[in-house]
Amino acid sequence: MNTVFYLTATIAVLATAMVIFSRNAVHALLYLIISLLATAIIFYLLGAPFAAALEVIVYAGAIMVLMVFVIMMLNQGDAAVQQESQWLQPKSWFGPAVLAAVLLLQLILLLDSEAAANTQGAHAVGAREVGIALFSRYVLAVELASMLLMAGLVGAFHLARGKHTKSAERDHAI
Amino acid sequence: MSAVWIPLANIFGILIAAVLLAALLTWGERRLLGFWQDRPGPNRVGPFGLLQVVADMIKLFFKEDFVPRFADIPVFVLAPTVVMATMLLGFAVIPVAPQIGVIDLNVGLLFFLAMSSIAVYSVMLGGYASNNKYALLGGLRAGAQTVSYEVFMGLSLMGVVMMSGSFNLREIVQAQTEGWFIIPQFVGFLVFFIAGIAESHRLPFDLPEAEHELTAGFHTEYSGMKFGMFFVGEYLSVILISSLITTLFLGGWLGPWLPPVVWFCLKTSFLVMLFILMRAALPRPRYDQLMQFGWKVMLPLALANLLLTGGILLWNQ
Repeated sequence: MNTVFYLTATIAVLATAMVIFSRNAVHALLYLIISLLATAIIFYLLGAPFAAALEVIVYAGAIMVLMVFVIMMLNQGDAAVQQESQWLQPKSWFGPAVLAAVLLLQLILLLDSEAAANTQGAHAVGAREVGIALFSRYVLAVELASMLLMAGLVGAFHLARGKHTKSAERDHAI
Repeated sequence: MSAVWIPLANIFGILIAAVLLAALLTWGERRLLGFWQDRPGPNRVGPFGLLQVVADMIKLFFKEDFVPRFADIPVFVLAPTVVMATMLLGFAVIPVAPQIGVIDLNVGLLFFLAMSSIAVYSVMLGGYASNNKYALLGGLRAGAQTVSYEVFMGLSLMGVVMMSGSFNLREIVQAQTEGWFIIPQFVGFLVFFIAGIAESHRLPFDLPEAEHELTAGFHTEYSGMKFGMFFVGEYLSVILISSLITTLFLGGWLGPWLPPVVWFCLKTSFLVMLFILMRAALPRPRYDQLMQFGWKVMLPLALANLLLTGGILLWNQ
């Protein structure tokens, strides 16, 4: 079980690194999908099959599809890749990389001192437990999140609708 | 010993059966279409034209495996494998009979939904990587269509989940011993069936590859076995969705007299025939009609079904 976990975690970390270093936007998104799938497997290993399934359905299957969709629609060619390669100069990433490395070091030290054995033997969290937790203890947060999403939806609709002109009607038919 | 062999036999049996049936369906579909359209269909190679499948396979294998030089090559090669892999993985959770099935997953239904939502990438990436206007348009259409129809594909199944109280497909089948879910959940069945056609982009909803306007849509640039994988993947998804409808709404392996496997196969093949009949009978809608139908008819229907089912279940508690 530990081997699977470390293997999956390595894949997740490598894929996430590739998201940053890929020069082609679509390739970067593909690595991000791999990273999300790896995260789902880690959820499953930690005894949360429901969260794992939702991770794949919602993040990998729906949100990332929309991102790929937008990138595809922009249809950037080699020019974008060239531009991206100019952005990744050492002087722009060296500072953040050092700071992030310090954080990583802290995380490793913390994990080491905690002995990191809490995850073993955790009981499985199914759909029922997640549902009960969402609609009892966290109901306020759930409602707030849904209000926020609703506001976002209405706002997006308002922005995209534009003025009622003939061209808007025609755009609607595409 | 048998503890190892039985799962292995299950895994390879289902894998091989799924791929073989999908290949055979390419012939079966053309024969059935021929039957309904009052013409013979492919009947030259072998008995009843059965070996047409083999002829097609040989042709696909020996065709030039062409990769256009303007394509995004790694993604271009990756795209057709995604649909095959996800659809075959989807078969892992289907309970064919009490003893036959690969894995008894407690989130089996969600696993299927996850696999079908990953399968979209195949079409979208194929469309993107071909670097061709028609392919890109096909990929965009496929993306928008699948994301929209996925929403109420999931919602339409929640009625079944509420009635059986489980995401486990075996438990859902066992919950239907007193009556198949197609009767109380007829709306859910209809919505899921239509969403299933849209998900596998079969003919009334095959706008991503509409040949009259997009040449061949997302697989315009594909040839040889790469095209073959898209093609077989589509038939695999037809079989997968049919067997899932059998499991969820038609009582799975349950049935009198005949052995469970036979019942499962009979129901599934009936649904596959229904898929083909829909193709033979219905014209293709316009793309905006497809999207409007999805969001303005199917989504409210699925939501109303969910609300009613929940209300009735609470009332009877």
